[in-house]
Amino acid sequence: MSTQVLEAPAPKKNGPVGGGLLDPKQMIRSLPDALRKLNPMTLWRNPVMFIVEIGAVFTTVLAIVDPSVFAWAIVVWLWLTVVFANLAEAVAEGRGKAQAATLRAAKRDTTARRLTRRAPDEWEVVGAAELSQGDVVVVEAGEVIPGDGDVIEGIASVDESAITGESAPVIRESGGDRSAVTGGTKVLSDRIVVKITQKPGESFVDRMIALVEGANRQKTPNEIALNILLAALTIIFLIATATMQPLAIYSKSVNPGVPDSLALTADGVTGIVLVSLIVCLIPTTIGALLSAIGIAGMDRLVQRNVLAMSGRAVEAAGDVSTLLLDKTGTITLGNRQAAEFVPVAGITEAELAEAAQVSSLADETPEGRSIVVFAKERYGLREREIHGAEWVPFTAQTRMSGVNLGGREVRKGAATAVMKWVRDAGGHPTDDIGHIVDGVSASGGTPLVVAEKGRVLGVIHLKDVVKQGMRERFDEMRRMGIRTVMITGDNPLTAKAIADEAGVDDFLAEATPEDKLALIRKEQEGGRLVAMTGDGTNDAPALAQSDVGVAMNTGTSAAKEAGNMVDLDSNPTKLIEIVEIGKQLLITRGALTTFSIANDIAKYFAIIPAMFAAVYPGLDTLNIMRLSSPQSAILSAVIFNALVIVALIPLALRGVRYRPSSASKLLSRNLYVYGLGGIVAPFVGIKIIDLIIQFLPGMS
Amino acid sequence: MSSTLAGILFIASLLLALALCYKPLGDYMYRVYTGTRHLAVERVLYRLVGVKPDVEQRWGVYARSVLAFSALSLLFLYALQRLQSHLFLSLGMGPVEPSLAWNTAVSFVSNTNWQAYSGESTMGHVVQTAGLAVQNFVSAAVGMAVAIALVRGFARKRSDTLGNFWVDLVRGTIRILLPISFVAALVLVAGGAIQTFADHSTWTTLTGGEQTFTPAAAASQEVIKLLGTNGGGIFNANSAHPFENPTSWTNLLEIFLLTVIAACLPRTFGRMVGDNRQGYAIVSVIAIIAIISIGVTNWSELSANGTVPQAIGQAMEGREARFGVSNSGLFATATTLTSTGAVDSFHDSYSAIGGGMLIFNMLLGEVAPGGVGAGLYGILVLAVITVFVAGLMVGRTPEYLGKKIGAREIKLASTYFLVMPVLVLVGTAVAMATSNGRAAMLNTGPHGLSEILYAYTSASNNNGSAFGGVSVNTPFYNTTLGLCMLFGRFVPIVLVLALAGSLAEQGPVPASAGTLPTYRPQFVGMLVGVTVILVALTFLPALALGPLAEGLL
Repeated sequence: MSTQVLEAPAPKKNGPVGGGLLDPKQMIRSLPDALRKLNPMTLWRNPVMFIVEIGAVFTTVLAIVDPSVFAWAIVVWLWLTVVFANLAEAVAEGRGKAQAATLRAAKRDTTARRLTRRAPDEWEVVGAAELSQGDVVVVEAGEVIPGDGDVIEGIASVDESAITGESAPVIRESGGDRSAVTGGTKVLSDRIVVKITQKPGESFVDRMIALVEGANRQKTPNEIALNILLAALTIIFLIATATMQPLAIYSKSVNPGVPDSLALTADGVTGIVLVSLIVCLIPTTIGALLSAIGIAGMDRLVQRNVLAMSGRAVEAAGDVSTLLLDKTGTITLGNRQAAEFVPVAGITEAELAEAAQVSSLADETPEGRSIVVFAKERYGLREREIHGAEWVPFTAQTRMSGVNLGGREVRKGAATAVMKWVRDAGGHPTDDIGHIVDGVSASGGTPLVVAEKGRVLGVIHLKDVVKQGMRERFDEMRRMGIRTVMITGDNPLTAKAIADEAGVDDFLAEATPEDKLALIRKEQEGGRLVAMTGDGTNDAPALAQSDVGVAMNTGTSAAKEAGNMVDLDSNPTKLIEIVEIGKQLLITRGALTTFSIANDIAKYFAIIPAMFAAVYPGLDTLNIMRLSSPQSAILSAVIFNALVIVALIPLALRGVRYRPSSASKLLSRNLYVYGLGGIVAPFVGIKIIDLIIQFLPGMS
Repeated sequence: MSSTLAGILFIASLLLALALCYKPLGDYMYRVYTGTRHLAVERVLYRLVGVKPDVEQRWGVYARSVLAFSALSLLFLYALQRLQSHLFLSLGMGPVEPSLAWNTAVSFVSNTNWQAYSGESTMGHVVQTAGLAVQNFVSAAVGMAVAIALVRGFARKRSDTLGNFWVDLVRGTIRILLPISFVAALVLVAGGAIQTFADHSTWTTLTGGEQTFTPAAAASQEVIKLLGTNGGGIFNANSAHPFENPTSWTNLLEIFLLTVIAACLPRTFGRMVGDNRQGYAIVSVIAIIAIISIGVTNWSELSANGTVPQAIGQAMEGREARFGVSNSGLFATATTLTSTGAVDSFHDSYSAIGGGMLIFNMLLGEVAPGGVGAGLYGILVLAVITVFVAGLMVGRTPEYLGKKIGAREIKLASTYFLVMPVLVLVGTAVAMATSNGRAAMLNTGPHGLSEILYAYTSASNNNGSAFGGVSVNTPFYNTTLGLCMLFGRFVPIVLVLALAGSLAEQGPVPASAGTLPTYRPQFVGMLVGVTVILVALTFLPALALGPLAEGLL
């Protein structure tokens, strides 16, 4: 069966999505970038890490003035903490850069043949960069399309692999919903005339490069809110440690017999230890990984061949509560197929099948092909060459098609049209035909009546075939709290039958673009966020109105302009994956924030006894990890704090595992893993580090 | 009956009494704050003040009304104390010294009722009744009004107003605080508390000595002191004084009074947001924290000192014999958890861990159940922060009660959360760093440090209870603690009202299976965890050098 139907998601050619494993080489490659990011002029944008850097500078000065192994060890690990954080961001950006490089290759300088307005078919050669909106260019086989635009004349096969990664060429033709072409793609055959729609320097490829590189990446609303919370926590811990100093000085002064230690002198807690405590307490883990999580989230979309025009759109995808899905191509395979032959009384199924097949042999529509295939599969009727046949094509006026074979005339088509044809020929349709037609309609199918001159034979039941696995996906959606609405041009009866079969929550039948827009507005007024896909120009208003509008790459420029995401694979089912990626992005941030804060408990248990057990021996009770010495305890906590960043880079890039389920279940799982895990992990980690570093000189 | 069993029965009867009141009182308060009709006496008041009671206020106007009212109260109270010698019924007391008058004025206006003075030797009848007792009512009503405004922020949809402060203030006072106080005061008088405007008189005691009887309108002030989670006693000994708190059953009644409104407000909240389960969730959080706290304090007081100190009665130090260790512990826990600050025992005498727990109770930011009103808005702000982190973990923009918690809400909530620790820690650090501050300590070492930490904690959280020990009636402490009380009360109030305004503007997000349910045990547990862990993380260094250093010796 050859159709242009978009199948359910096929395995991606870009390798496993998310790229779970972190390549050590990639880390090393990103190291220079990570070091460059130490520049305070850029680092201040990340307040948490900026404070760590200030602390690192301060302790470096202290270590130079008063050197010791302990001091220098702390200094080194504080600097490493900042470098690791930068590394996370650099690695995340590095992945985008590779993608950008391939895109740049597609953007190499091309020339264009611009039609002059002086005479038809007269053109001049100009650089692609000089083209402006409204220019008209000619592109022939073997040439690269110089800019984004719409085909206004001709039809051609185009190789879009530079952008989509898909090697099979696609057809682009003037008019309709397949008229958009992208600059940088190559025409393989024929000749098209393209009207440029982009502004210079703002082509699709330009935007893509900017997006994947993370250039002018804007913080998303949730990211801003989280940053505020992290800043508040940072301030609290800064104050908690700073105000500890007078208390420490006092405590030391009332215990004059206790000798000064590396941690506590008559001047209070030493600078190095104070900075160590601050760095351990402020949320460095999430602070270090926050921007990497955001970049990686966009990157995950790019790997699925979806371009989000803003991070805001990705985040909104996680919040979507209503999903508008076009029936055709998304829920169903996109065309009706013969599913049953229902003969009238007195006619056998085989007779009906034969007539149906004969009438469809020359019918190249997907429906026609499906009748031939069905007849062959079910009744063993082979395709045959028929000589001397006169094919009667379908027209909008007759609303039927068929064949005249000698004296035999066979027709199939809309019930009313065919019955009229039978009556006109003097026949009398039997009563049961009406019942059969109604029955097929009621079940959501399309009845095609088959007749021979003067008598009705029966009905072909054409059915929309729902894609496999859709019901399960919609059940998942429901568990996630997302309502799915099927949009279709079918009548309500048909729409309902398919909606029931596919398991969507609701449907909008006989939908016009205005209905669609009204539905989106209604949902939004109720506080719901709406996601939809679209490709046609008449989808543009709805795409613009929806919170997440995914335009198909095959669609028109207007649609691509109106949506806030473009799916290069033009696969409408991908909307579901986009929602999942959006959720995963938020979950990763929340989980690592929880983990980061939960870590502080163990660090207190390491550092507080290390600082004060000398003056108040009772506080050694808090040293439940039995760390070997105060120096070793503090250094272990700092090392753990730095290493946990590196350890979590892969998780930040890949995202926390997400399985569609209810909010309660998700929260329970994440609380166990990242909350409880966040409390326990540092106890274990710090103890292990302590067991190793206690043998370093200066640790006892 | 063992003292442990007696203690458990005492606690159980309190919890039972509160549980019985939860619905009727909560529902009554719901009707008070949502009703549209005005009482005749209220109309007169509105006309006197010149307020249009049916005009709704935006959050800014509401906040300005709160601040203006409180500023006027502050000035009035200050003037009243300074001019005391010119007032009648002043019992011959002179004008109150400026720094003390400032401290006391702030203290009562901010619902703290920190007392750097001794009531019987400083304040006459007029200051006590027309000044301090009035503030006991209205400062409590202010707290409730702000809490109700925040709840309206959650409940309203696309609205730019939060109600009318003057109406909320008047109704809270006239329809809630006054009637309960009236009845409870009569009960207390029946129990033996005094209520008189008489002058001093001298009596001969059984042993032949002379004792001066200090008369006071004690019962009426005692009730509102507790009901409004104020805590400012008419006598220096506060609720340990037999004229304020005569017997064991009045002790139970007093603990009941100081918890009842704060414990029932979650019901009002649930009703107003149209989902009683939300109220149950909040009250569960309160109950869990409170029960743990009561348990730790009692365990520590009854056992932590070892056999010998127990045998010689060390745990009874600083307690009234008629209350005993366990009931005193419950009172102390209730008073520190509610921001009341009344005391029926001397907190300085508590064991290190028990006393540390009392500090910890206050450091929770008076949320379990906290001051009247203040406790509810405190825990709702914590719920907002909890929902934010939890909401991210379920993969949606966090929302609470259908309102999105975005950058603006988080900014306000986290600033709210910052205020109290900054005041407590900076205050303590300044006191410990200056000779003025250190000079006031009674004890040295960690216990002395605990005394100072307690004082700033109590002031910044508008609790008002005193650990004792520190001589706080000095210009240094009067000024710094006064500032802590002032900022600790009104900065959060402005932030809460701003948050309420921001929430009220939003349209609701309908709940779905993807929405984090905030009424299940899961959320309750998380909110308890966030409350306790955030406080522990913030204050552990200070606690380590105070109560922990002492307790783990």
